Amino acid sequence: MAEMQLLLPLISISSFALLAVLSDAFTRKTKEITYYVSLIGLIVTSITAIYAMALPANTSALTNPLDSISKGMVVFGGYTYFFDILFCLSAFMTILASRDYLTKAYTEYKEYYSLILFSVSGMMMIAHAGNLVMIFIGIETMSIPFYILTGFIRNRYRSVESALKYFLLGSFATGFLLYGMAMIYGATGTTDLALIPLKFKELTFNPTYLSIGIGLIIIGLSFKVAAFPFHQWAPDVYEGAPTVITGFMSTAGKAAALVGFIIIARALVPNVYFAAYSSRTAQSVQLVIAIISAATMLIGNISALVQKNIKRMLAYSSIAHAGYLLMGIVANNQHGLNGILFYSAAYLFMQIGAFIIISVLENAKADNLDLDNYKGLYKTHPYLAAMLAMFMFSLAGIPPMGGFFGKYYLFAAAIESGFVWLTIVAVISSIISVYFYIGLVLNMYFKENDGEEFPDVKGAYIISLLIATVGILVIGIYPSILMDIITGLW
Amino acid sequence: MLETYLPLVIMLIVGFAVAIIFMVLSEWLGARRSTAEKKTTYESGMIPYKNARDRFSVKFYMVAVSFIVFDIEVVFLYPWAVQFSKLGLAAFIAMMSFIFILLVGYIYELKKGGFDWD
Repeated sequence: MAEMQLLLPLISISSFALLAVLSDAFTRKTKEITYYVSLIGLIVTSITAIYAMALPANTSALTNPLDSISKGMVVFGGYTYFFDILFCLSAFMTILASRDYLTKAYTEYKEYYSLILFSVSGMMMIAHAGNLVMIFIGIETMSIPFYILTGFIRNRYRSVESALKYFLLGSFATGFLLYGMAMIYGATGTTDLALIPLKFKELTFNPTYLSIGIGLIIIGLSFKVAAFPFHQWAPDVYEGAPTVITGFMSTAGKAAALVGFIIIARALVPNVYFAAYSSRTAQSVQLVIAIISAATMLIGNISALVQKNIKRMLAYSSIAHAGYLLMGIVANNQHGLNGILFYSAAYLFMQIGAFIIISVLENAKADNLDLDNYKGLYKTHPYLAAMLAMFMFSLAGIPPMGGFFGKYYLFAAAIESGFVWLTIVAVISSIISVYFYIGLVLNMYFKENDGEEFPDVKGAYIISLLIATVGILVIGIYPSILMDIITGLW
Repeated sequence: MLETYLPLVIMLIVGFAVAIIFMVLSEWLGARRSTAEKKTTYESGMIPYKNARDRFSVKFYMVAVSFIVFDIEVVFLYPWAVQFSKLGLAAFIAMMSFIFILLVGYIYELKKGGFDWD
């Protein structure tokens, strides 16, 4: 039964998602019940994740996976629960901010909340995946609600357009991913991620199929994290989607795809065991991801420089952040993984915080999203302007904020594994990024308001913003709190 | 290593060659007698009577949703039912939770009026 306790977070989130659907079906007019069920579900799931994380049986349950209930399909371990908590936190902050936003756009339907819970359950499946098939199911369970949520404001032309675009391109990318998994099955004869390294050790695999499979999987996952050259969908989708959903997709969705990347990289590119051939493959895979990472951050930051729309600007900046996060996978060492975990947490707070502020200031027609509309914001909304400035400083990586230490750990890990050129590219591109982040701050503080009016602001979003602000400051000022937790996870 | 793929390559080449030869031969030897009937769109023997780019009733989607609920259920139930005694209790619990999840979908559809056809 020890395994049941470890499975609790997954059981909890799925049950609450079903409960949200049922509460939607059985209530006619009120929306409160579904809203509160989803919030309580996320809190309960986080608590069970913390509980399971603290269990002594945490990793020992893995000793003989085939005796377990899940037959090795699901793995447990510190980092999986860490991501569970991150996903729940992200969804929690999003849902709190969503209510007023959806009411403003006249589209508060109850399905919204259960869809968010379903996508969180998909993300958690990816984090717990012990099998390629499980990663695929998780990615689909996460993406399909995303497609729907993107087009959720169905009377807004852009929202529907971006949903269709996302759906077509996303399904296509999933095809690549699945084909890559099929190739890896063909090469090694198993989809179990714990058994694949053993096949490498015994040298019973087909190198040609393996290389093709790894290539296709990298394509599929690069699409999901919006990495160059598969990033073209991101600006359009992020601009068209409801603003709160953009925040959710670009943090939790990206983190989930990165977990998939971590899991697959750990199984397929283990450079410990092997004969000359595989270690050469490992190196070339590492180089490919390094090039993707470098190109992603340069393209993201340079394209963000010329954007007029704030959502597009943040979309390009989120592409660049995917590039930074990929550095941790390139580094392929413990510090790199720690850096990814740390940066995912910091990125979650700053990105969701920024998008929530934008969603609050957005008017009903969503036509005040240009950078120029933010001129003189500090006079009308001093607190929101201060927080938005803080998130921008954090995204730019300026020291007292969480974003700085996240970048620091990732860059240090990349240098440690010998990728000095990649770190130089990363530093240059983050200097480029300072220009547009500070540009927004300049607009808010040093330009006069030219008659721009923002809607009245009140509501539960303030709790989300407080979580984000406190989170960023705490991990920025005392990074060792979070880092100690992360290093204790492995 | 690569020699094992030789039959596959030969098959591919022969396949392409046969397809190309047949196309060229039919183009070269075939007679061309065009009639008005031949120029119409082929729609499984039916005469197309309007443009295909049209709105359809949302009911079609409801049928599709119901189809998923019931059809997928049956697809998974059959193999389980055949091997029921061998698979034992664990499979029974797994199947029941699967059916329960589908039941939630069914209740949702029922309550949202998915079965009110008019």
